[in-house]
This record gives sequence, structure tokens and C-alpha cells, in this order.
Amino acid sequence: MSDQLAAAWRMLPGALAGHVLLSACALLLGLAVSLPLAVLAARHAKVRWPALALASLVQTVPSLALLALFYPLLLAVSAVMRPLIGHGLPALGFLPSLLALTLYSMLPILRTGVAGLTGIDPAVLEAADGAGMTASQKLWRVQAPLAAPVVMAGVRTAAVWTIGAATLSTPVGQTSLGDYIFSGLQTENWVYVLFGCAASAILALTADQLLGLIEAGARRRDGRRMALGAAGLVIGVLACLAPAAAGQIGAPSRTYVIGAKNFSEQFTLAALIGERLEADGAAVSIKQGLGSAVIFRALASGGIDAYVDYSGTLWTNVLGRRDTPAPAVMLADLKRELMARHGVVMLGPLGFENAYVLAMESGRARALGVANIADLAPHAPDLTLGSDLEFLSRPEWTALKSAYGLSFRAERSYSPTFMYSALKDGQADVISAFSSDGRIAADGLTVLADPKHAIPSYDAVLLISPKRANDARLRRALAPLIGEIDVASMRQANLMVDRDQDKRTPAQAAALLESGLR
Amino acid sequence: MVEPLIALDRIGKSFDGGKSFAVRGVDLAVARGTFLCLVGGSGAGKSTLLKTINRLIEPDEGEVRLDGRSVAAQAAAELRRGIGYVFQGVGLFPHMSVAENIAVTPRLLGWTKADITARVGELLDLVGLPADFGARFPNFLSGGQQQRVGIARALAARPPVMLMDEPFGALDPLIRADLGSAYRALHDRLGLTTVMVTHDLQEAVLLGDRMAVMKDGRLLAQGEPAELLASSDPHVAALMAAPRRMAERVAARLEGGHV
Ligand SMILES: Nc1ncnc2c1ncn2[C@@H]1O[C@H](COP(=O)(O)OP(=O)(O)OP(=O)(O)O)[C@@H](O)[C@H]1O
Ligand SMILES: [Mg+2]
Repeated sequence: MSDQLAAAWRMLPGALAGHVLLSACALLLGLAVSLPLAVLAARHAKVRWPALALASLVQTVPSLALLALFYPLLLAVSAVMRPLIGHGLPALGFLPSLLALTLYSMLPILRTGVAGLTGIDPAVLEAADGAGMTASQKLWRVQAPLAAPVVMAGVRTAAVWTIGAATLSTPVGQTSLGDYIFSGLQTENWVYVLFGCAASAILALTADQLLGLIEAGARRRDGRRMALGAAGLVIGVLACLAPAAAGQIGAPSRTYVIGAKNFSEQFTLAALIGERLEADGAAVSIKQGLGSAVIFRALASGGIDAYVDYSGTLWTNVLGRRDTPAPAVMLADLKRELMARHGVVMLGPLGFENAYVLAMESGRARALGVANIADLAPHAPDLTLGSDLEFLSRPEWTALKSAYGLSFRAERSYSPTFMYSALKDGQADVISAFSSDGRIAADGLTVLADPKHAIPSYDAVLLISPKRANDARLRRALAPLIGEIDVASMRQANLMVDRDQDKRTPAQAAALLESGLR
Repeated sequence: MVEPLIALDRIGKSFDGGKSFAVRGVDLAVARGTFLCLVGGSGAGKSTLLKTINRLIEPDEGEVRLDGRSVAAQAAAELRRGIGYVFQGVGLFPHMSVAENIAVTPRLLGWTKADITARVGELLDLVGLPADFGARFPNFLSGGQQQRVGIARALAARPPVMLMDEPFGALDPLIRADLGSAYRALHDRLGLTTVMVTHDLQEAVLLGDRMAVMKDGRLLAQGEPAELLASSDPHVAALMAAPRRMAERVAARLEGGHV
């Protein structure tokens, strides 16, 4: 528990800096777009309706989906730009998060802006015209100060929303306080989840109070109060950014960015790589919680420098292959193709496999006389399949279904941790487990063999980005890992992080793996 | 003939693209120093006509000239800085103190701080408000005090012309009469040229040198009150007779008789 808390505190400067920088930029950009738009909308009814309708529409898109939508959008824009200006846009990390949150912040600012401006007493505006103000003098001297208190209420709402929604930028590769929440949910580390929620709530409340001070100042025409609120905001933002910025200055641009998908094994392996690099004197930042489709593109485009992927995943998702050659052939082909197509270096396999397997409770499997998937097929119509959120839409499932003629009574998706609980309490009879999952041994599950080799092999492989292809330090840190992590060690490490009692951090699991290296 | 300070030439204005006219074919000349009262029923087009002078409304027909120059040829904002404008809604800026309200136009004209401070003090005195009112905010003033500030604000940049649209319309009768005669005195003292819209005939007769009567967007008659009383137009004659008849009836009631 206190280990978890200590680890959480250590992550805070980076996560907080990422979160504050993102929220502040999104809010400023939101203001820069919404305020002029509000002025236009207040002046012209023709602009008002579409602008407000569009902002409301954005609001109906769930914020997580909005963030996710910017990834393909930016990829498409990038593809158009590349031939024109020679380089594309980063589709991951700060940019998509910034754009999505900016859109998200617009509605409250726009709405209160229009309400504030149109709510001004027409006699006051007539007096401004009559006194000889030009349109812009009227805007700055009369309309803006009179609408300010109303608009500030909208800015406060936008700030709270933006800071809350910024936690959702973790899956698109932006470091934020969401890192705690997403990794905590994956590893059932509730200390992390609570820590992330509390940190983002405190941040939102603080920003709200400081903006509230500015609002009160605008309402009472109290310049001191407004200055105090603004100074508080500036100082707060700088204080949050300073520690991380100081770290950056220490190791400019030489920081290694290690990627991790959104499950424990990935966190542990990223921590292991990170520790090895740091031991060699390098600065490291870890981007975790990346979607499995997103992470390879991030590597290929240089957004991250290294991560661990699985041969079968790369084979089907990146190379688009449907055949399932022998593991050694697949590895050789992958190495050649990833280099040829993307300039990505496949350093080598770690020594264990994390394959999609079907698993059952051992007693149940024995009772039904099921040892492999072929045996399972005739029983399937009476059984329920529990899967993780991805499995049912993956090509591996299609391949398994057609190879064995599998047809279950029902198919249900769970987040990985809940999938094991579902198997335990009988909501599911068969689950789509991962072969390196520590819970297979811990729960005494039987892994069903795949005699037809319908699913490709999933050897864990180390990948290096094109721009770090010849980086001696990175290769020096990673080379000793090749072929040195067997499935038993990986399961043990995974179990440490995933189990309910005596839970350990990914860093502690990484230390266990490190100690097992020769 | 000397060119009048304000000259309206066949002014027409339609708010519905020419189907109907709020003002049509109005010729009006106001000589320098004149106090003209524009009277007529509700919807007669008085406010519309008045606002064509400082271009708060652009006429569709005709031309407005100020001191011989067409107002349409001047930048609207600059034109308005040289014309005082007071209206029933007052429209004091609620986020500015009384002093800041009065200083608005001088500030637009780039006066120095010292000139502005001196002028604000002078104007508070001129409209009969204590000097310490400068620091107050408009929502702490009575209606009469607010309109005094409105008049001070309109006079601040020493405009030769004042346009007033029912400036005392929202005030109680005593204050109204008081403020009316106070303004008339200012008009004389400062040598202003004033066009004041009012639907109070008594006020028009008491304050104005000349009157112009409007009905349905047309100018029915103009002249000195006594001339209008003798008008051949029955509507004008009836209108002009109204204040005197009213006064007689009031006197009779007060003496206890029945009318
Ligand atoms: N902005 C406008 N849009 C459309 N119609 C208008 C507008 N302003 C005035 N009108 C119309 O023009 C006509 C003249 O209005 P105006 O305000 O000039 O009358 P008025 O003589 O000042 O009346 P009142 O004594 O009630 O103030 C009215 O029929 C009015 O409805
Ligand atoms: Mg009117």
C-alpha cells in the first residue's frame, strides 16, 4: 500500500505537468476561438444558430470517443500533408488531445459569451453609438466589460470540464493524471485510481476557485481581485510545469520515450527497459496506456523510441497477413518487412509468448473431456465465452471460429480483470486468456491447445524506432533482454501486479525480472 | 438666406424595404441657436427622423446636412462625437462611475487627463449635481439624477448641436418641469441648437422656440407655437389647443366646479 503510494507520488511531477500543460493550452485555445466566435454569433443571427448547434453536437460525443476520433482524423490529414510539405502531423499525444479538449471547452464559453453580449441593455449600446464609439471601441469599452462576469462563469465550467476530460488523453498517448486511472484500472490498483481521481479533482477545484476570483472581480469591478486570480493561475501553472521542465533541461531531447500498451505485462516491461536505460545514465519517460493499433504507428513515426510487441499482432495488424507460418519463419519475415516498410528495428524475441489462448477451469475441462479446442467445439453451443474487450473483433477469433467451427451459446466481453472473475463465478465457461498471464497458474486454469495452428504465435519482441535504429545506448540496454525472459518468469511478474493481495507495482515486478537475468 | 445649421431635405425611411414608410418627404430647417420641439403621436416617426441627423438611422431617401456638409459623407463615429445625444432610456454605462460616463466622448477625442477632470467638474456643476457624485455608480442614482448625468455626458465635448428624444419622458412631473427649464437655461447660456422630441405639448410650448408637428411619417406643420395655433390644418389646430384646454379644465376642477 505505502509502496503503491510512494510510486504514485514519484509519477506525479510528470503526470501533473502533462495534465496542466494540456488543460491550460486547450483552455487558452478554446478561449481564442470561442470569444471571437461569440462576438460574431451575438452580432449575426445567421452565425449564432450553427455555431451553438455545432458546439452542442460536440458535447454529445462522449469525450473519450472525441479524443479517439482525432487519431484517424490526424492520420488522414497527415497523409494529405506529407506529399505537400514533406512531413505530416503527430497523430498521437499532445496534438489530438489538445484539439479534442479545445472543441470540448468551446460550448460553455460560446454559450455564455453569446448570452453575455446579447443580454446587454440596448439603451447602453445606443448610448455607446450616440457618444461616437466605433464598433471596436464599443466592443472593448462597453460590451466586453459588461459581458465579462457572465463569460467568466462559462470559462469556469470549461476549465473544470477540460481538466476532467484531460484524464482521458492517456489512451492516445498524452501523459496526464489519467495515467494513474488507466493503469490502476488495468492492474486493479485502486490506490492509483484514487490518486489519479483525487489529483485531477484538486486541480479542477483550484482552477475553478482562482477563476472564480477573477469572475467576482469582474462582477464587482475590483481590479485587485482579478489580478490576484490571474496571478494565482499563472503561478500555479508555472509551479506545475517547473519540475518537469527542469528535468527536460537536464537531458535535452536525449530523453528516451518507452511505450506500453494498456496491460500489466506492458507496464512491467516498459519499467524494465526504463530502469536499464536510467542505470546507463539516460533520461526516460514512459508513455503507457497506448492502444495496440496506435502504439506501432507511434513507434514508426518516432513518437516513442522502443516498446515490446507480439509477433502475431504485428503479423496480422501491421503486415496484414492471414497465414500462420512457423514461429521462426514469422520472426524472420517480420524482421525483414518491418525494416523494409517502416524502418523499424526488430531487435529480437524476449523468450516468452503472450498468445491468445482459450482457457477453462481445470476441473471443468476434465469433466467435459476437453484438452484442446477441437475437443471444445462440440460442447461450445452449451457454453459461454468470456473475452476481453478486443478479442471478439480481432482476426484471431475469426480464424479460430472458422478453423474449429466454434459457436458458443453466448459471447461476452469484459475488461481483463473482470474476465477472470467471470470465469470464477460461472458467468463464463471459457475465456480468451493470454498465455503469459500469471492468473493462469494462480487460478489453476487449463490452456486449450490449438492443434490446427489457427492462431499465429505471439512471441514478445523488442522494437526500436527508425530514429533510434543506431542508438548504441538503447541497444546496449536492450540486448541483454533478448531470449532471457521465459514464460514462467513473466507469469510470476504479471501475477505480482495483477493479484488482489500483496499487490506490487510494475517497477517492483520489473526488478524481479531484472534479478532473473543472467 | 443663411444656410441653417441642420437641414433635412426630403428625408424618407422605410423599415420594410419600401412597402411602408416610417418617415417620408420631410423637409426641415433648424437655424443656429434654435430650440425646436418635434411633436406628434406615437409612431409618427419622430425618433426615426431625429436619428437620421446623427446617423443612428440611415435614411433611404433625401439628405441631411449639418452646417452645410452632408452627414452621409462623414464618418459616423466622428460625426456623433460632435453631436450631443440624450434619450429616454438614458443608457448610462453601468460599469463606469458618473465621472467616467461624462468623460466618454472627451476620451474618444483624446483630451488630456487634466482637461477631462476639469470638464467633468464643470459639467456636474452645470447640471446641478454635487461634485462628489463623480465617484458614484449609475445604479445608485435616482431617475432624475441619471438623466442629469445623461445630459452632462452629451454636453461634455462641447457639441454645438443637441438631439434629445423624450429626455424627460420617464420622470415624474415636478422633476420633469424642473429639469426641462434647467436645460432650456443651459441651451441659452451655451448657445446650443437643440432638437427635442416630446409628446408632451405643454412641454413643447413651454420650452421650444419653434415646433414641428408630425403625423404618419409626414411633417404636418412647423413654426412658432402661436403660428401653429392658427393653423388651417384641423389636426394641428386641435393639437395646439389641447394644452390650453387642459389647463383650463384643471383650473376649473381645482376651483370646485364641474366641466
Ligand atoms: N428599427 C425599426 N424597425 C422597424 N420598424 C421601426 C423601427 N424603428 C421604428 N419603426 C417603425 O417606424 C414607425 C415610426 O417609429 P418612431 O419610433 O420613429 O415613432 P415615434 O414618433 O418616435 O413614436 P413614439 O412617440 O412612440 O416614440 C413606427 O411605425 C415604428 O414601428
Ligand atoms: Mg420615439
